Amino acid sequence: MSGDDATTEGRAGSVSLTPEQQEFQTYVRRWLGENAPPPPPERLPITPLEVMTTGQRDYLQAWQHRCHDAGLVGADYPTAYGGGGHEGFQRIANLEMGRARVPFLINIVGLNMAAPTILAHGTEAQKQKFIPGCLSGDEIWCQGFSEPGAGSDMANQQTSAVRDADDWIVNGHKVWTSLGHFAKWMILIARTSKDHKYDGLTYFLCPIEGHPGVTVRPLVKITGESGFNEVLFEDVRVPDAYRLDEVGKGWTVAMTTLTYERGAAESAGGGGGDGPHPTQRLIDLARETWRDGVRAADDPVTRDAIVQRAIVAEGIRQNGRRARVPALCDHPMRLPLQQKLASSEFVQHNARLGVDIAGARSTLYKLDDRAPDGGHWPLAYMNSYGHTIAAGTNEIQRNILGERVLGLPKSK
Amino acid sequence: MPETHAAPKNFGFGEDEALLRDLARRFLDERMPVETLRRLVAEAPEPVYDEGHRAPWDESLWKEIVELGWTGLAVGEEEGGAAISMAGIAGLVEEIGRHALPSPLVPTLAASLVLREAGGHVAKALLTQIAQGAAATLAITGERGGWDPADPPLSARDDGDALVLDGTAFFVQDAFKAERLLATARLGGEVVLCAVAPTAAGLALQADHIHDLTRDQATVRFEGVRVEPDAIVSRGALPAMQRAWPALLVLVAADLCGTSEWQLQTTVQYAKDRKQFDRPIGFFQAVKHPLVDAMVQIDRARSLLYHAACEVDRGSGEAEAAARMAKSAASDAGAFISDRSVQLHGGIGFTWECDVHLFFKRSMHNQALYGDGVHQRKKLADLLIGPID
Repeated sequence: MSGDDATTEGRAGSVSLTPEQQEFQTYVRRWLGENAPPPPPERLPITPLEVMTTGQRDYLQAWQHRCHDAGLVGADYPTAYGGGGHEGFQRIANLEMGRARVPFLINIVGLNMAAPTILAHGTEAQKQKFIPGCLSGDEIWCQGFSEPGAGSDMANQQTSAVRDADDWIVNGHKVWTSLGHFAKWMILIARTSKDHKYDGLTYFLCPIEGHPGVTVRPLVKITGESGFNEVLFEDVRVPDAYRLDEVGKGWTVAMTTLTYERGAAESAGGGGGDGPHPTQRLIDLARETWRDGVRAADDPVTRDAIVQRAIVAEGIRQNGRRARVPALCDHPMRLPLQQKLASSEFVQHNARLGVDIAGARSTLYKLDDRAPDGGHWPLAYMNSYGHTIAAGTNEIQRNILGERVLGLPKSK
Repeated sequence: MPETHAAPKNFGFGEDEALLRDLARRFLDERMPVETLRRLVAEAPEPVYDEGHRAPWDESLWKEIVELGWTGLAVGEEEGGAAISMAGIAGLVEEIGRHALPSPLVPTLAASLVLREAGGHVAKALLTQIAQGAAATLAITGERGGWDPADPPLSARDDGDALVLDGTAFFVQDAFKAERLLATARLGGEVVLCAVAPTAAGLALQADHIHDLTRDQATVRFEGVRVEPDAIVSRGALPAMQRAWPALLVLVAADLCGTSEWQLQTTVQYAKDRKQFDRPIGFFQAVKHPLVDAMVQIDRARSLLYHAACEVDRGSGEAEAAARMAKSAASDAGAFISDRSVQLHGGIGFTWECDVHLFFKRSMHNQALYGDGVHQRKKLADLLIGPID
């Protein structure tokens, strides 16, 4: 597998770089080589969504801050908002960070959801106030789109916002709020009119940390880890200056956020993850795992399963490439709307295969030193349901694809 | 082959390639709509699977295709061809598959891709003939259907400057439409590549009974078939065969992507039209979701197809892996949408009168051709993981 030529991706099928982008790639590689972070003070979780302790938070926040100072985060944002003012640089930085296996960027909601939405819908003052903190990681964001009664039916928001002079008074209950316990801000949709389901929603940038009337309580996930929360709002005051776009436009703005969230696997704001060769870790695991007297890597059934995953991984990557060639796309939304479904199922099947290959050793929790890859596989598998359920369950994704792309009748 | 260079963003599918594909789509929409295809191949006097039956085809349409220059698409300009990119050829063959066109075009393109890799003056002369409209096909597979270019079906012996071929080639595609058979044979430790006419002395074609109604396939017996030096393409053809292999996989994967897309769109339309319980059946998620899954599989195959085509054009070391991924994905997507296309059409889908069987059978044939998904993944495992200890 080649990978050191002037391309943004390790394998062939990469796109060629401009001279400026090549120079940036060289710079990023050198910077990452020279600035590897010190070992963490305590074991880090696998993704930002499981960050639990202030020790982990402080370490990861410091790392994002340094990456931002070095120009590796926010590279394509305007300089006026703390960005680098470039084009096509962030993809390069993301791939290099993944390749270098440096820690992930903690402010995943701020980078992937809040910042692009504010850039698209915010006032000049809002862009200047909020985007720099998203990029530097100094201000951690969380997302308030889910409620006990608003999951797949996301427009069924019951949290209310009532106008009171220059403020809004917010009351309600948000759930599945990743990073809520460390968040300074939340992207929040609330109901400002009961007369219209969709047009009765408004989008706010809501203060969380230390804000009167806000209570953040941890929820414990299937894995026993925390990292996400429920957030209660009791007569919480939000200035009208923190309203994003017009009253009643909340659904439209939320669609912008979800477009970025669903595309996050393609243009993820940070490093980490499995890097450019997601099946390489499976291969490594299969090489060191023995079963019935042979290495799993020599077992034909295991080999077939690994190659199936490699094909899907390459397919997702090439879908991203083909989506940018209109002559090879019959319907403009056909590939973009598949991204979330395909990538979340890939992550799930990949992790599940890791569990299968690990065999007896998959039973070991991460605190057991004999657990392969630090206990990664069973935890990644269980956490993968976060991806197949969040941002519109994959069943909802199939409805959207069937209806909007194939033109089949609506199932509701 | 061009030297390796950075992959183009558009897979090498530019304006010329899009024009060719769009022209092919319009031409075949007009000349081979499914009603015409059905009349041509499925309304022949019964029983269709009679002894010695060979799939009917439209020879006048073939003459027009030759006029359009499609046989010379993979042929260099020096030999009178268009030398279009592999991505452009993939785009055209997708349309061939989408219309399930009975024609020797795909085998002819395959033969020209092998000749292009082999090079030399005999290959050049044959490529010139192909560009002028001579249909050709490959006779490179033995009885076991093992898809290994190092295991040719025939044996050769020297006779002065000439060679004499003996043995039997199996699974020869559209042999009854071809003017040239491109055959491989073992000579000592080497693989030789020769061109023979189907009318050559000592050569006998026997039609296979096959399910696919949109092509013919033959078993070709060679008994002392003499090949003069001007028909011996190469006496050390194995490297060329191996280099050409990814391109052969791309052709079949492209045909599969085409049939799969027709099956998807046709089944979606049926799910919109057919009402049960007072609703179009596409309302029900048990119908809707599998169609979405089929679309996801087809799109994965198509993206991998253009990636593979692009790697072939670049002469990249990744071409084999990319092409095997494309063929594996296209075979599996083809199998899945074939399955759902019959099932979701319900009772009518089980009948001869419903067109889905034409595409079902062409797809099933192509799924196996040059190796199914399991075979491709076995070869990929050797490339990606390394050989089994």
